[in-house]
Amino acid sequence: MLTIEAVDLHYGDAQALSDVSLTVEEGEIVAIIGANGAGKSSLISTIAGIYRPTRGRITFEGEDITGWPSHLVCDLGIGQVAEGRQIFPSMTVRENLEMGAVIPRARKLAASTMERVFTIFPRLAERVRQDAGTLSGGEQQMLAIGRCLMGQPRLIMLDEPSLGLAPTIVQEVFRIVHQLNTDGLTVVLVEQNVVGSLKLADRAYVLENGQIAMAGSGRALLDDDRLRQAYLGL
Amino acid sequence: MLPIEFYFDAAIKGLLTGSVYAMLAVGLSIIFGVMRVVNFAHGEMLVAGMFGAYLVFVTLGLDPILAIPIVALVMFLFGVALQRGLIDRFITAPEHQQFLVLIGVALILTNGLDMIFGPDARNVQVPYAFASFEVGPFFLDNVRVYSAIAALALIALLYLFFNHTLTGKAIRACADNNRGAQVVGLNVSRLYAITFGIGAACAGAAGCLLIMVIDVTPHLGADFTLLAFTIVIIGGLGSMTGALLGGLLIGVSEAMAGILIQPSLKSSFSFGLLILVLLLRPNGLLGKRSS
Ligand SMILES: Nc1ncnc2c1ncn2[C@@H]1O[C@H](COP(=O)(O)OP(=O)(O)OP(=O)(O)O)[C@@H](O)[C@H]1O
Ligand SMILES: [Mg+2]
Repeated sequence: MLTIEAVDLHYGDAQALSDVSLTVEEGEIVAIIGANGAGKSSLISTIAGIYRPTRGRITFEGEDITGWPSHLVCDLGIGQVAEGRQIFPSMTVRENLEMGAVIPRARKLAASTMERVFTIFPRLAERVRQDAGTLSGGEQQMLAIGRCLMGQPRLIMLDEPSLGLAPTIVQEVFRIVHQLNTDGLTVVLVEQNVVGSLKLADRAYVLENGQIAMAGSGRALLDDDRLRQAYLGL
Repeated sequence: MLPIEFYFDAAIKGLLTGSVYAMLAVGLSIIFGVMRVVNFAHGEMLVAGMFGAYLVFVTLGLDPILAIPIVALVMFLFGVALQRGLIDRFITAPEHQQFLVLIGVALILTNGLDMIFGPDARNVQVPYAFASFEVGPFFLDNVRVYSAIAALALIALLYLFFNHTLTGKAIRACADNNRGAQVVGLNVSRLYAITFGIGAACAGAAGCLLIMVIDVTPHLGADFTLLAFTIVIIGGLGSMTGALLGGLLIGVSEAMAGILIQPSLKSSFSFGLLILVLLLRPNGLLGKRSS
C-alpha cells in the first residue's frame, strides 16, 4: 500500500533521515520505534507531505507521491494523528472535527462520520461546544484521533498517541487502534510504549539516528536480545 | 447647543468615522492574525480603493457606496494575486524581509497611482453631500451615517463568514494552529491567498467610504497604514473585535482632539492613546496574553 524507498531528509544541514526504506501492506499495523530524536516524527511528517525528502521515493497504491503537498496527500486517504495532537485550541470540538473533513474526499460524509466519531468517543459528544484548548489531555487525544477519522483515511499514522496519558487511558487508546484496524484501517504506529506497540503490531521497524536499524515481526522483535537491551533495559 | 451636547456631537461624529477606520483596521488585523504578516501596504491599498471609487464615479456615475462590490472585488483579486505571486515566497522569511517586500509594494502602488492620476487632489461629491439628519439637538451628516452603516454591515458580514462558513472556519484554523492545518490537509497557501484578498478588499471598501469625506492624493497611504496599525495595536493584534473597538476609539479621540485642542493635533492624540494602552495593557485592549 505504502512504499518508502531510500528516503533522506535534511533540516538545513542536519540530516534527520538517511536511506530509509519500508513498506506497509494493506490491513497491517506497523510500529515504528526508536529513541528520542531518532527521526520517527520526521518520517511521519515526510510521508504526510509536510517535509519534502531530499532523496528517495514515496509511493502510495502505486502512485508516486514524493514531494506532494500535504493537502493532496491527505486527500489520497493518508491521515495522521500528529505529535503533540495539533488540535485547534480556540475552536470548538465540533469545529475541530469539521476541519478534519474539509478535504474533498471527506466533505460529503462529514455529518455521518461525526456521528460515528461520537459513538467511538462519547466524551466528545458531550463537549461539542467546548473550546478544544480546555479539554483534558486524554480528551484532546481522542479529539485528534476523531478529527483524523473525519478525513476518511485508509491509512492512519499515529505519532505517540499515548503520550502523557494515564495507563488506563493508554489501554483504551490501544484498544481503539486495534478496533480501527479490525474495521479495515491500515495503521502506522509510533510509540514510546515499546512493549505495548510491539504486541499490537504485525511488523515493526526500529529507527536509530535516522536509519532503519532493525525490522521484523512484532513478536520477533520483542524476543530480540539487542532490542530488549536497548529499549527495555532488560 | 449646550456645552455637554457639543462633546456628544463630536463623540457621535467620531464613532461614525471610527466605523470606517475599523473597517480598514479589520483587514490589517485579519491578515496579521492568520498569516503573521504585517501589511505595510495597507494604507496604499486604501488609497487605491479611493481612486477606484473615484474612477467608478466619473465613468459610471455610481455612488461610492454602491461601488463597494466592484472595488472590493478588484482589490480582493489584487490581494490574491499579490499573495500567490510574491508574498507566499516570503511567508517563512524573517520579518525584516517581509517588511521590505511590503514597503516595496507600497512604493509601487503610490507611484503607480501617481503616474495614472497625477498628484492633484480628487474627490467625489455625492448628491447628499451636504444633507444631514436632525436627531434631537444633533445634526448627523448623511454621508457619515451611510458610511458607518455600510462599514458595520461589512464587518458583520465578515464575522458571519469566519464563524459560519467552512472556508472561514478553515482560515481561523490556520491562524489557530498552522501545523494542525497542514495535518488535516487544509490547503494553507490557498487559504492565505483568500485571507490576503479579504484584507485588501477591506482596505478597498474603506477607501470607497472615505472618498466621500476626504480628498484623495496618491501620497496619503503611509498615514493610513500608520492609522490602521495604531488601531490594531490598541485593539489587540489579531483580534477582529479589538480592531472594531480600536477603530471606534480612535475615531472618537480624533474628534475630541479636534474640539479640545486643534484638528491638526488629532494624530498626536491617537498616539498618546496608543502609548497609554501599551503602558496599561501591552497586548492591546482585547489582545490575548502571549504565553
Ligand atoms: N523542524 C525541524 N528543524 C530542524 N531540526 C529538526 C526539526 N524537526 C526535527 N528536527 C531534528 O531531527 C531529529 C529527529 O527528530 P524527530 O522529531 O523526527 O525525532 P523523534 O524520533 O520523533 O523523537 P521523539 O521521540 O523525541 O519524538 C532531531 O535531532 C531533531 O532535533
Ligand atoms: Mg517524535
